[in-house]
Amino acid sequence: MKRKVLSALLIAAMTVATVGCGGGGQQAADAPAETEAPAEDAAAGDDAEAPAENTEADAEAPADSTAASGDLITVGYAQVGAESDWRTANTESFKSTFTEENGYKLIFDDAQQKQENQIKAIRSFIQQEVDYIVVAPVVETGWETVLEEAKEAGIPVILSDRMMDVSDDTLYEAWVGGNFVKEGETCGDWLAKYLEEQGRGEEEINMVTIQGTIGASAQVGRTEGMANKLAEHSNWKMLEMQSGEFTQAKGQEVMESFLKSYDDIDVVICENDNEAFGAIDAIKAAGKTCGPDGDIIVVSFDSVKAAFESMIAGDLNATFECNPLHGPRVAEIIQKLEAGETVDKIQYVDEAYFDTSMDLESILAERAY
Amino acid sequence: MNKSLKNITSQRLFLPIFCLALVLLINLFTRPDFFSIEIRDGVLYGFLIDIINRASELVILAVGMTLVVSASAGTDISVGAIMAVSAAVCCNILTGGERAATAYANPLILGFIAALVVGALIGCFNGFLVAKLEIQPMVATLIMFTAGRGIAQLITDGQITYVRVDSYKILGSSFPGFPVPAPFIISIIVVLLTLLLLKKTALGMYIQAVGINKKASSLTGIKSVLIIFLAYAFCGLCSGLSGLIASSRIYSADANNIGLNMELDAILAVAIGGNSLGGGKFSIAGSVIGAYTIQALTTTLYAMHVSSDQIPVYKAIVVVIIVTLQSSGFARWRKALAQKKESNTAEKGAA
Repeated sequence: MKRKVLSALLIAAMTVATVGCGGGGQQAADAPAETEAPAEDAAAGDDAEAPAENTEADAEAPADSTAASGDLITVGYAQVGAESDWRTANTESFKSTFTEENGYKLIFDDAQQKQENQIKAIRSFIQQEVDYIVVAPVVETGWETVLEEAKEAGIPVILSDRMMDVSDDTLYEAWVGGNFVKEGETCGDWLAKYLEEQGRGEEEINMVTIQGTIGASAQVGRTEGMANKLAEHSNWKMLEMQSGEFTQAKGQEVMESFLKSYDDIDVVICENDNEAFGAIDAIKAAGKTCGPDGDIIVVSFDSVKAAFESMIAGDLNATFECNPLHGPRVAEIIQKLEAGETVDKIQYVDEAYFDTSMDLESILAERAY
Repeated sequence: MNKSLKNITSQRLFLPIFCLALVLLINLFTRPDFFSIEIRDGVLYGFLIDIINRASELVILAVGMTLVVSASAGTDISVGAIMAVSAAVCCNILTGGERAATAYANPLILGFIAALVVGALIGCFNGFLVAKLEIQPMVATLIMFTAGRGIAQLITDGQITYVRVDSYKILGSSFPGFPVPAPFIISIIVVLLTLLLLKKTALGMYIQAVGINKKASSLTGIKSVLIIFLAYAFCGLCSGLSGLIASSRIYSADANNIGLNMELDAILAVAIGGNSLGGGKFSIAGSVIGAYTIQALTTTLYAMHVSSDQIPVYKAIVVVIIVTLQSSGFARWRKALAQKKESNTAEKGAA
C-alpha cells in the first residue's frame, strides 16, 4: 500500500518536473523582445540621478514584458538579512524591481546572517525550479557544492553585493555590487582636493584608519583604494590601521587608543559610518574637535541616513556611498541572459559621495536609505 | 622570607592577580606612558582608565556567570544575546517604536526598568529549563543564544535604533561633574552588592553546596532547584544591565553587535579567575580580575600597535599561558620539581 502511494507521488513529481522544464524553455524562447528598453535606461543612469532613472526603467518595463509573454520570470533571491538601513534599501530595491507588473515573480528569503540558511534557500529554489537565483552571500567561502547543484539544474546564479570565493567562476553568471577599491580611491581624491582647498596641500598630514572586519571585501577594497592614493602623496602619512569591526562601539574603543598614542592626528578614515560615529564620540571625549570646523577631519564609507545627520551636525566631513540599489542592474542582466546575450562577470553599480559643502538637508529628505 | 613568599603564592587569588600584573607589566617596557592618568574635560583620561571603563560590561557578566557556573556546573551562553534583547527593549521604549529619536517618548527610568526586567525574565526562562526541567545548561541556554538576537531584531525591525538624547549617554560615559567613568562605578556597585548578598546571607554557601553536590544539599534541606533557578535569573539580570551600558555607550540598540561573543569572554573571565568550570567553590573577585585581565590584554595590544589581523593570535597565546599556569597539571609538575630540588639539597647536605 505504502509503496503504491510512494510511486504515485513519484510519478506526479516527475510529471510536474517535465512540465516545468518545458515551460522554462518556452519562456527563454519568448524573451528576446523584451530586453532592450531597461538595459539602455539603466546604462544611461549617472551617479546622482541613478535612482530616478531606475524608476523610469521600472515604469517602462511592464508594458514590454506583458506584451511579450504572459509567463512570469521566477527569481529566487537569498538575502543576507536585515541588519542595517543599507540592507533594507537593498532588499527594497529588489522587491520594487522584480514585481509582477514588471514580469517577474520574486521568491524572497531572509537568511538572518546565516550561511546554512542561504544554502537551504538556494536548494529550495532549485527544487521550486526558479528561472534565476540571486544570492547576496553572507560569507565568501563554502559555496561550491550548492552552486554545482544549481548549475546541474541549469539555473543561472547571479551574485549581489558580496563576492563568492569559488575555484570555477562559471558557477555564477555575474556579480553586481559596489567597487570598494574605487570607493577608497574616491575618498583619497576627495581628501587631496579638500586639503588643497584648505591650503594644506603640501603640509605633512597624519592619518589613521579604523578598518572594517578584517577580510571583509569592503575592508580589503577600501583599504587598498586608500593605499593607492596614499602612494601618490608623499606628504601623507598613515600612522596606524586598526580594525573597528564595522561597529560603533569598537570604533570608539580603537579611536580612544589612537588618540592616546598620537598627538597630532589630522585625518581619521573610517571604513563604515558606524565606526565614524564611535570615533567622533571618542574625539569629543578626549577634548578635541572634528568635522569641517574642527581639528580632525573624519571621513567614512556607506552613506547611511545617520551619516547625513552627523554631517549636518558638523561632526563628519564626508561620506562615500556604497549604492544598495542593485535590483535594476540585476534585472538588466537577467534580461540580457533571457535574450541569449553574454554578460560581463563583474558589474559595478554607480556610486557617489557627499560632503558638507552640499545641500544635505534636501538630499537626506529624498534618500531611501 | 621564603615562608611569607609561599604564603602569598598559595593565596587563592595570587595567580589571577599575577596574570593581570604580568599583562600590565608588558606595557612598562613597551609604553612607559601607559600608566599616566590625567584629567581632561573633567574626566579621567588614560589607558588604565580605558581598561577599567571598557571592562565594565564584562565584569558585570562575569559576576553573573560565576554564580551560574558554581551552582550548576554549566555555563550560560546566552548572556550576549540577552544584552542585545535588553538594549533593544530599552531603546524601543525610549523612542516609542521609532528607529531614531531626539527626545524620549517614555520616561528614561521606564526603559531601564523594562530592560532589567526582560533580562531577568530571560534568565528565569533559562533557570526554569536548567533547574526544573534539568536540561543541560549549555543546551538550555543555547535556545536563547540562537533566538535572542532574532528577538532583538524583531523588536527593532532589524535596524539600529538610535536614542539621541544626552541623558541617555550618561550610563556609558560619565556622570556630570564626576571624573570616574560611569560604567566602572556601576560595575563596582554590582560587585559589592553581590559580595554583600553572598557574604551576609547564607546564599553564597548554598550555591557552593549545590554546585559541589546537588543531591546531598537537597538532603540537608537546601532547595537546590530554587538556588540554581536564582543563579540563572541573577545572571540574566546582570546581562540586562550590561546590555544597558553597552547600549548607552553607542546611544543605540544594535541587535547584531551588542554583546557579540561576550559569552565566551565572560566564561573565559571566570576561568582566568581561577574558578573551576566544574562548579562548587567560587571566587567573585577572581572572575572580576579575570575580566579586567581580558580587557587589559585588548587595550595593551592596541597600545602596542599590533595590527588587527594578528591580535587574535597574541590573545590566544596569552590565554594559553594563563590557563596553563593555573592548571592542576602544571601545579603537580611544579610541586614535583620543588620536591626534587629539596631532596637534591638534602642529599648535598648529607654528603
